Amino acid sequence: MTYQLSDVRALESEAIHIIREVAAEFERPVMLFSGGKDSILMLHMAIKAFAPAKVPFPIMHIDTGHNFPEVIEYRDRRVAETGIRLIVASVQDAIDKGLVTEETGPRASRNGLQTTALLEAIEEHRFDALFGGARRDEEKARAKERIYSFRDEFGQWDPKGQRPELWNLYNGRHNMGEHFRIFPISNWTELDVWHYIRDEDIDIPNIYMAHKRMVFKRDNMWLADTPFINRMDDEVLEERLVRFRTIGDATCTGAVDSPADDIEKVIEEVGATRVTERGATRADDRRTEAAMEDRKKEGYF
Amino acid sequence: MELLRLATAGSVDDGKSTLIGRLLYDSKSIFEDQLEAIAETTKQRGDEGIDLALLTDGLRAEREQGITIDVAHRYFATPRRKFIIGDTPGHIQYTRNMVTGASTADLTIVLVDARHGVIEQSKRHTFIASLLRIPHIVVAINKMDLVDWDQEVFETIRKDFSAFAAKLDVTDLTFIPMSALLGDNVVDRSENMDWYEGSTLLHHLEEVHISSDRNLKDVRFPVQYVIRPQSDEYRDYRGYAGTVAGGIMKPGDEVVALPSGFTSKIASIDTADGPVEEAFPPMAVTIRLEDEIDISRGDMLSRPNNQPIVGQDIEAMICWMSEASSLTPRSKLALKHTTKWVRTMVKDLQYRLDINTLHRDEDATELKLNEIGRVKLRTTQPLFHDTYARNRLTGSFILVDETTNVTVGAGMIIDNN
Repeated sequence: MTYQLSDVRALESEAIHIIREVAAEFERPVMLFSGGKDSILMLHMAIKAFAPAKVPFPIMHIDTGHNFPEVIEYRDRRVAETGIRLIVASVQDAIDKGLVTEETGPRASRNGLQTTALLEAIEEHRFDALFGGARRDEEKARAKERIYSFRDEFGQWDPKGQRPELWNLYNGRHNMGEHFRIFPISNWTELDVWHYIRDEDIDIPNIYMAHKRMVFKRDNMWLADTPFINRMDDEVLEERLVRFRTIGDATCTGAVDSPADDIEKVIEEVGATRVTERGATRADDRRTEAAMEDRKKEGYF
Repeated sequence: MELLRLATAGSVDDGKSTLIGRLLYDSKSIFEDQLEAIAETTKQRGDEGIDLALLTDGLRAEREQGITIDVAHRYFATPRRKFIIGDTPGHIQYTRNMVTGASTADLTIVLVDARHGVIEQSKRHTFIASLLRIPHIVVAINKMDLVDWDQEVFETIRKDFSAFAAKLDVTDLTFIPMSALLGDNVVDRSENMDWYEGSTLLHHLEEVHISSDRNLKDVRFPVQYVIRPQSDEYRDYRGYAGTVAGGIMKPGDEVVALPSGFTSKIASIDTADGPVEEAFPPMAVTIRLEDEIDISRGDMLSRPNNQPIVGQDIEAMICWMSEASSLTPRSKLALKHTTKWVRTMVKDLQYRLDINTLHRDEDATELKLNEIGRVKLRTTQPLFHDTYARNRLTGSFILVDETTNVTVGAGMIIDNN
């Protein structure tokens, strides 16, 4: 007996420790849930953290209205199975209330508008801790963010003024109106996530596996044909064998060519790929070099 | 596969970013779109080739000013191990970042520029590594290409460094001559230094023995959360959830709960995957006891014949991390130790340590940002603790300003006898 946890089990223990710590110390935590693999994995570990009791907080979906139907089906199925309470904060509502204005044109996306819907919901429900499934290997601004990430009363992140974070001693003290974003899977890589999904046999939306889909090319990505995107004249639809590496708003999440139709093949593909997942599939990160940093400062996930 | 957490420290000039870039690049952990992006930036700046240092510069301010302002985390894996790098800048004003990045590290890499030898900054890093008890230190003697791959330069630095390290509590010190820029001895063996017979850096990172670094002797289980399902099926279930901080726990073991002092036996060690036969650090588990005793968050389970120190008078080395305030005798602060928050008052600042000379200034009246000193504290409630040397998890604490809620200090408990 070597008394050594495997890398993925060590990461799981770290995440469970963080989830329990937040449940113990915050008044009104909530877990953000998009139906993407990272939030699915996070919810899976939350269930493990409190078993056989129920998860002591709700989950919240920031709904742009521009979803892949498979993901919404998955979300509702998962909620029914677990009995967890789901809160939906809708971008459409924020638009209807006149809080935000919809972007127009062929590149219109509601991705940026999520921030307003999110901050509204935080205020309405008086949440003081929001679990997010962001990982540090995803993006360079995230690589510098703490696990407990402090947000002021405007929801803003101050990258230069972050609290030191030592050992496993997390400091979630805050004043009324301020909150924390909590990232329990900060230290996981894309491959760790897939290994864990396989080892734990976690159910995920089927669009992560290869399937035939009508797509068109924009900015070197395959975007799905959905009612939410206006194609430009030179953007031609074709049917291809694709899968999604990330799942987000349908207007800015691209698919990749892939024959990987089961989890072993996905792991093999992810292990061999030479392009990062956000680089391959996220139009929202391509707007400027510091796109993520700028959005995070304003209160984005 | 094992997980190894490593901390790197160093300034822009000694090639730290280049070294990390090289490790990621040669171990094929860099992606094409990342490479394209930095090639583009290198070109825009009018430089040639690919500046690997750009890989680790994340934030806008850093790119604009060409500095690294905070701890950045990097990940890579080889078939043998997964690595988490806590990458911290080496500027003097960022000692607090290094302490942050190094607190959980198994190993740290201290960079030395072969042309300059052991300078104050290398000493500072090594001191902090020893203070935080990082079990393994690798001294990367870099830029060997600029000293004609000269073995004598390497040997002189090794001698100087060892003489300095002898004054510190350092257990495992390894010296590797390299050129991060050209890749010698980072992942691939150097053809320019056949006089060096040791491992390359990556080989060392893959092989260094870390499993005996954790405390497996003293059972320490800080209770984090009490699990009581409100369901018919589990009506009588009462489990103590937490992360094992020391020792090996087994069902049937006799345990004592602190502060109550009541004893019981472990009935079961539960996880969502079913009960387990053993729990050891850093497993997150749920312990059930044979007897119903009153236990809540902040309490600790240990063995009756091997208990932590219970006390309100704590002596510790403190690294002060606040720009806005300083630590002075009579300062009142919030303190978090394991899963417990208490209030504390500074009784005495015994000395401030000059981390370049190791001189103890006993006349010091305060600790300012990035200063380290030995203090006596009094807490409102007893802490169930060990010395930091014995257990990094039960021997550490953070200090928090009660007005701003900001973490202002890191503490490492030392023996007060």
